[in-house]
Order: sequence, then C-alpha cells, then structure tokens
Amino acid sequence: MSSRDKILNAIAANQPDLVAPPTIDLDGVISYEDNYIQFKTILENIGGKVELIQDISIINNQLVKDKADGQLIINTLDEIDKQVVLLTSFELEKLEKVCIKGTLGVAENGAIWLYESQMINRLLPFICQHLILVIDKKDIVPTMHHAYKKIDISKEGFGIFIAGPSKTADIEQSLVIGAHGARTATIYVVE
Amino acid sequence: MTPKHADLAETFIADEPRTNWHDETLWMVREKRDKAAHGIPEWEDLREWGSQIKNHSLSNLSQYLKEFEEKATANGIQIHWAATGEEHNQIIHKIILKNNIKKIVKSKSMLTEECHLNDYLEKKGIEVVDTDLGERIVQFRKEAPSHIVLPAIHLKKQDVSETFHEHLHTEKGNNDPQYLTEAARQHLRNKFVESELSITGVNFAVAETGGFVVCTNEGNADMGAHTAPVHIACMGFEKIIPKAEHLAVFLRLLGRSAIGQPITTYSSHFLKPRAGQEMHIVIVDNGRSTQLGREDFRNSLKCIRCAACFNTCPVYRRSGGHSYHTSTAGPIGSILNPNLDMKANADLPFASTLCGSCTNVCPVKINIHEQLWKWRQEIVKNGYVDTTKKIGMNGMAFLFSYPAIYRFTGKMGRWIMRVFPFMTNNKLNIWYKQRDMPKPPKESFRDWYKKNGNSQKN
Repeated sequence: MSSRDKILNAIAANQPDLVAPPTIDLDGVISYEDNYIQFKTILENIGGKVELIQDISIINNQLVKDKADGQLIINTLDEIDKQVVLLTSFELEKLEKVCIKGTLGVAENGAIWLYESQMINRLLPFICQHLILVIDKKDIVPTMHHAYKKIDISKEGFGIFIAGPSKTADIEQSLVIGAHGARTATIYVVE
Repeated sequence: MTPKHADLAETFIADEPRTNWHDETLWMVREKRDKAAHGIPEWEDLREWGSQIKNHSLSNLSQYLKEFEEKATANGIQIHWAATGEEHNQIIHKIILKNNIKKIVKSKSMLTEECHLNDYLEKKGIEVVDTDLGERIVQFRKEAPSHIVLPAIHLKKQDVSETFHEHLHTEKGNNDPQYLTEAARQHLRNKFVESELSITGVNFAVAETGGFVVCTNEGNADMGAHTAPVHIACMGFEKIIPKAEHLAVFLRLLGRSAIGQPITTYSSHFLKPRAGQEMHIVIVDNGRSTQLGREDFRNSLKCIRCAACFNTCPVYRRSGGHSYHTSTAGPIGSILNPNLDMKANADLPFASTLCGSCTNVCPVKINIHEQLWKWRQEIVKNGYVDTTKKIGMNGMAFLFSYPAIYRFTGKMGRWIMRVFPFMTNNKLNIWYKQRDMPKPPKESFRDWYKKNGNSQKN
C-alpha cells in the first residue's frame, strides 16, 4: 500500500465522529467608529506610515523624481514596463521603491490585501527596500472576517496580507525594523 | 539514555541572572498577548470558534485531505505523502537530486525540525541555510531552537555578537541588535537571490481551495519562495482547515496569542506555482494518525503553534527550551512528544506544575494540563517512571488512604523540621536542592480549621 493510502486509511479509522463546524456570527464582532482612524493607529503602532491623500499624482510625481535621481523604482500605478515580471532576483535586489495598489485594508490589524496581479511579480513587495501601498479609504473593512468576504483567495496564484514593514525581535526581544523584507512601509489612503 | 528534563534544567538555572532574564522576558511576551487579547471584546468567542473549527476538521480529516489533494493537484502543485519523518526527508532528497540542487534556503518549519531534515541532508553533503534570524543564529552555534516562535530566546545579545563575529565577521564586541540584524540581512539576501530551492512550513492548508498560508514577520519565507525555481512546503496533516473564511478566525488568533501582535507582517496565500516554478507539498503523518486515535490526546492535534503555552508556563520560563530535549518544547511539546516516543519522553509530562495556565491561554482551547496529567498515568501504567518516583508515589498513595497515619506523619514532619532541621536540609532531600525549605507551620490546616472554621463563617 502506498503511504498515501496507509495514512488516509489510518486517519479514517482513527478520526472521531463527525461534529459540526461553528456558526460564525459577526453581530458580536468588534466594530469601529472610524475604520480609517483605527487602521492608521494600528499601522503606526507596528512601524508603518499612513497618509491620507486626495489624489495619487503626489505619489507618481515623487517616484518620477526618485527615478530621475537614479534609483531603481517600480511604480505599478503608472504605465509600467510589463517586463518587470521577467526581472531576476539578482536584478531586483537593487530595487529601492515599489508602489502597489491594494484591494482592501483591515482596520483591526493594519493589514492590506494584495493580489498577484496587483504586484505583477510576486517578489516585488518583499525584495524592495521601501514599500509603498495605496488603498481607497472606502475599502477599509473592520475585521479579517469582513476582509475574507470581499476577497477570493482562489482567484489568483498568490495573494497576501501585509501589515507594516518587515521586522524581527529575535535578538533579546529588541524590535528591529527591516529584517529580510522592506525596511519601511508607507500606506497612502486615497479619500 | 537521553538526559532528563530535571538534569538539563539544572544546567540552565545554574546562571541565575540569565534564568531571571529568561523568565521575565517570556512573561513580558505573555503580557503583550493579554493586552492584544483584551483589545478584542469577542476574544473568547474567537477561541471557541477556533476550537470548534479544529474539532470539526479532525472529525472529517480524511475527506478534507483528499479534497485538498485534488484541488492542489489541479492548481499545479505536486503532492507527496510521508508516513514517517524518514520518508519526508527522502522525498525532499529525491527532489533535490532530480533538480541537481546545491543551494537551499529554509524558513521556519517545526515539522522539518521534528524530522531532523537538516541533519539528514547534511549527512548527504547538502547544506541547508535557515533564514529566520533566530534559527540562523542557533544554526551557526550548532544548537537547536529553544522556542518554536522565538528560536534564540535562550541567548543574550553578547552571544549573538560573538557568533556573528565568528561567522559573519561583524565587529567584535558590537552588541547592537540593529547592527547585528543588518549583518544577517545582508548575508541572507545573498543566500536568497542565489537559492535554487526554498523549503517552507505551512501554517494553514485550506481544503476547499487547495492553497496554503505561511505567516512570518521577517519576510524570509517569501524571499525564498518567490526567488527559488523550486518550492517545497512541508506540513503535518493536521494543518488542514475546511474553508477560506476560517482563516479569518486563525489569523486573528495566531499573532495575538504568539507575541501580542494584531497579525503577522506577512500572511502569504499560496495557490499555484508562479510561471516556470515547481511547487511541492509534503504531507506528513509521523505518529499523528496514532495520536488521532488516542481519545484523551487527539485534540493536541488542534495546535496552531503559537507558543502562548510556552510563554505562560512557570516551568518553561525557568528551565529553558533545551531542557525538553525535543524539537517542540513547552507544555504542548510535553503532550505531543510522548506520542512519538513514550520511553524517551517519559519525563516531559512531569515537567509541569499542572497549574493550568497553558490551557487558559490556548487559542484553540486544548486541555493541555489535563493531558499532561493523563500522560503521567499512561507513562506509569507502561512502566516508564523511575523506581524512586514509583516508590514515592506508592508511599503517598498509602499515606493518603489512611487519614490517621497521614495526620501523624504530618505532625512528625513539622516537629522534625523544627527540632532537627538538618534532617530535611541536606543533599539527600531533592526538595532542598536550589531552594530553602519553608518554615514549618505550628499546626496543620486541619487543626487550624477545626479551631477557626466555624467562627470564620459568621
């Protein structure tokens, strides 16, 4: 018998009688007076920066300037070279800033959902030195329950919740921002 | 014979300031967990939902695993099944040979620790680079992780500084965590970009989608998985949950229970390999199906590896993770490991005060302290306790069965401690080791109650 069948048979023989899954009632789940304020407070607590803007041209203009200064920048909001998807990790290691539009933000924990199609290349949000994310203010939901109602995790090959910059406290529990991923995370919320 | 918990703990506590630091630091993590949990008014509902989802998953596990396999295969992922840790290692080795892989990065996976994957591959001449900062530190030092979430919590920054000076040529005596982390970042970024295989764990596998979720704060799992042409994710079969919506419950519980964070920085949802990438999942049994059949112990398989039970445990905090001599230490390890090898791990269920704090913080409501107590009974029944403990326990059982003798012995004991303290304060009495004996009370509680019980009621 293959290991697969051996394992599945042993599980079938040993698993307890079927019990029902719980009904998850969202009526009792936390809500916030202002989802944006909660989102901003939490994100700033975990090392992120949050700015409310009226128009994404502010970001585009800044990134154009950075590019002109010679930094390697990928702005997925702008007309971009779709060849980005083909860049190797060696090339991307020089990446200074990446700007990506997210699907939604979560007020309770400051996380932002990104689909693979939004990041274009899966490696971008991690390998860049500085991560810039953009969401619409109306797309901030109170909790993770609400978030999973809005996204479809089987739609694309990869997706992620990102909450703030990369960090570690593995040396004596001292918090250090910028472990392997982005050193900073700036979130622009468009009104 | 493997050294026992009590002996290893003795080595650990020999350094008193360090023991105190360890104790206080983990308690601080526990307090952060409390603060995060108290910020969610429905926290207890969340725990109940988490517990019930896991109960349901275990009760329909064979179906969910088949569903997961079918969906994942359709998504282009290759599924492998390993009955034992050895088979898990062989499967990975085969994939390495087939692709002629030399450069391997691995993010944290307690399963690969349980299967001793690194040792196995090292014996075949293959090097694996651990990329979680804490794991890289202990790997350099040829040590095992001492905590499943904070692998290097037994070390001080001076230790890390010395280790990095030796291996990464950092400045001698520079103990700044920022500086040391930066050095590791540069070192590991090189490893990521040249990697040919990335090995990760799995936090949750979703039956209805065939996808899986990996959670990290550092971003190391993603740096490896999206760089290397081959990705192998390793999971114990109990990681299965039925639906995507259930992830909401577990992602709300995990980070808060683990380190008091509202969510891990990165919660990555893998569904399909990227273009040109090869993706594998190894589903491992290694004793889990046996545990599933043990009615008293099966719900240990609900564990989501947050380590809240470690941080709160008065024994873990004061004895250190290495004293548990297994890959998963702490209270949860003490109920998982006797299933793997009852004889070798017979000491672990006794490394507890049975205070129940572990059960109170567990995000999926595993009755950890009750299982510890039940394991003690199993272990005694199977004859795996020391003779001295057996004699002592039999003596206690006798004493507790005869109240008159019990009362007389108590009186004698109090008298001896008062009049001849050297009879208890000596090396033969293990309770006198590393601590002073308490002052003997003048009377027993029973005598006191007989005198005062009635008057206190009024």
